[in-house]
Amino acid sequence: MDPLLQLENLSVSFTTPDGKVQAVRDVSLELNKGEILAIVGESGCGKTVMCQSVMKLLPKNAIIESGKIIADGTDITDFSEKKMRKLRGTLLSMVFQDPMTTLNPTMPIGKQITEAILKHRKVSKEEAKQRAIALLELIGIDNPVERYSLQPHFFSGGMRQRCVLAIALASEPKILFADEPTTSLDVTVQAKILDLLLDIRDKTGISIVFISHDLGVVARIADRVAVMYAGKIVEIGTAEEVFYDPRHPYTWGLMRALPSLAKEGQPLRPIPGMPPLMVNPPPGDAFAIRNEYAMKIDYELMPPLIAVSPTHSAATWLLDERAPEVTPPISLKSERAA
Amino acid sequence: MTDDPILEVRDLTQYFRINRQLTIKAVDGISFSVNEGEVFGIVGETGSGKSTVARTLMGVNRLTSGEIFFKGNKISDKDVFRQNKSDLQKNMQIIFQDSAAALNPHMTVEQIIAEPMTINKVMKSTEELDARIKETLENVELSEHYRTKYPGELSGGQRQRVAIARGIAIRPDLIIADEPIASLDISIQAQIVTLFQHLQKEHQFTFIFIAHDLSLIRFISDRTAVMLKGKIVEMAETKELFEHPLHPYTKALLSSIPVPDPDFERKKKSLEYDTSSFTGEGTFSEVSKGHFLLDG
Repeated sequence: MDPLLQLENLSVSFTTPDGKVQAVRDVSLELNKGEILAIVGESGCGKTVMCQSVMKLLPKNAIIESGKIIADGTDITDFSEKKMRKLRGTLLSMVFQDPMTTLNPTMPIGKQITEAILKHRKVSKEEAKQRAIALLELIGIDNPVERYSLQPHFFSGGMRQRCVLAIALASEPKILFADEPTTSLDVTVQAKILDLLLDIRDKTGISIVFISHDLGVVARIADRVAVMYAGKIVEIGTAEEVFYDPRHPYTWGLMRALPSLAKEGQPLRPIPGMPPLMVNPPPGDAFAIRNEYAMKIDYELMPPLIAVSPTHSAATWLLDERAPEVTPPISLKSERAA
Repeated sequence: MTDDPILEVRDLTQYFRINRQLTIKAVDGISFSVNEGEVFGIVGETGSGKSTVARTLMGVNRLTSGEIFFKGNKISDKDVFRQNKSDLQKNMQIIFQDSAAALNPHMTVEQIIAEPMTINKVMKSTEELDARIKETLENVELSEHYRTKYPGELSGGQRQRVAIARGIAIRPDLIIADEPIASLDISIQAQIVTLFQHLQKEHQFTFIFIAHDLSLIRFISDRTAVMLKGKIVEMAETKELFEHPLHPYTKALLSSIPVPDPDFERKKKSLEYDTSSFTGEGTFSEVSKGHFLLDG
């Protein structure tokens, strides 16, 4: 089966007064039908830009330098705004972090959903309304008929995010980009929204690209995980592979920095230093200067993604056969078993 | 750590009167005490009143009723507060979540750190002040050349270090940190948490650590209070609270923390607690040694 979305060697850069910022560098990935792919990384690693480039929602000073975006079998890399407008909603859709800036504060929730349906599907107004109510029910809002005509300020943060989700799902897209959709929510609400996303995936078979910086959230929702650093995917694999058998020193670093994985009485191990500026990214591995396992070659030559298994690969020279044997400083499975 | 409370709060309430019909009970009769050298955690979700507690303790809001004792002085009393004002300002400091908003953009790092010390006239000479700034910058692991930088030139993590430096420079007895790392990236969060622990060990500061992130609270605090709708529903030693939670809300909160373990997460069923059924009625009492619970 062909993947639903394919990125081939995608590079995106921004023109700024300081020079050209290389936000996404040579990223290749595939998204299959019904799959939830999580993209993890810290701010500025390029995860949001990557999604924006697929949606063609990049700021004006950004350009796709090279690479291909293939969605549902069609190469959309050079699609015009007019062609993209047809795809947004029917094929691709997006949910952002802050529901209040996404929703129109003056328009009833129901109307905002109906609008999205009427835009993309040839149905009568009455039919669209029925569908909007059904959607409100799907996303777990009680009394959808009564709430249909309420403005967003009547809703709590979690409910607003549900409504945003309803709008994104209104035209039955095949791929949903969710950019930190639960970051501004409380933990109990977050748990419900994550369960809802999983439930919607099971019911509709939609594919989801889930962007997050929270490894706990990712563990709950993701089938596959891609870890990004300095515009590149440094590790990608199934959730089990990335969490239980991480291979890239950056992934190790992220996990060791989590209070929830720290053993009692032991200090956290923060990753030293800061991510590099992407105006002039260092040659070789961008993580090398923060990496205690870095070898000489890491400062000179960029490591390619080296396969660990058919589904798991990591961009580190440690996986090269000439590299010395390194025991990962963190291993979830053995800790749980112990 | 000694068992003398440095701060004692009894039946603290903080109401905000919006209009004749509506009064918001942001903090509704809470009691707790914080011992010297202790890290006391307060967790709660949006609107639970945790930040209001911090602001009332600092004297930003005038409390509605209740009593606050700081080092034996009843500072909730207006006159006592006025008499001890300069002492309080020296000995209680707060660190806010949003360091971009908390730091004056027109002041250099050096000026920001020096300000509380010059206002309170704690340093005898400029040399002494200069030495303290140098030492404090070292404490928060910022190099000397940041002295002349403005907050706008710093990254989020560096700004938060400056905010912490301002808080600790005057060597206060009590530091209230209101979500000090919530807006930072994971690797930077870990740097700041490690810094807090290090400072606490070295200078024996007493911390009140306010956060919504339970895994962080578990990691850093000695005792923890869980707040819901202006009430403390449960309070205990952190280990006890996480291992034997009693209140259904605490249980629901604990079960919603996502754990970075896919197998565990997929099997997990989150407990639910309907907060709309919470009335806040009931008595807050000790159920086992050091473990307090609001029943009802």
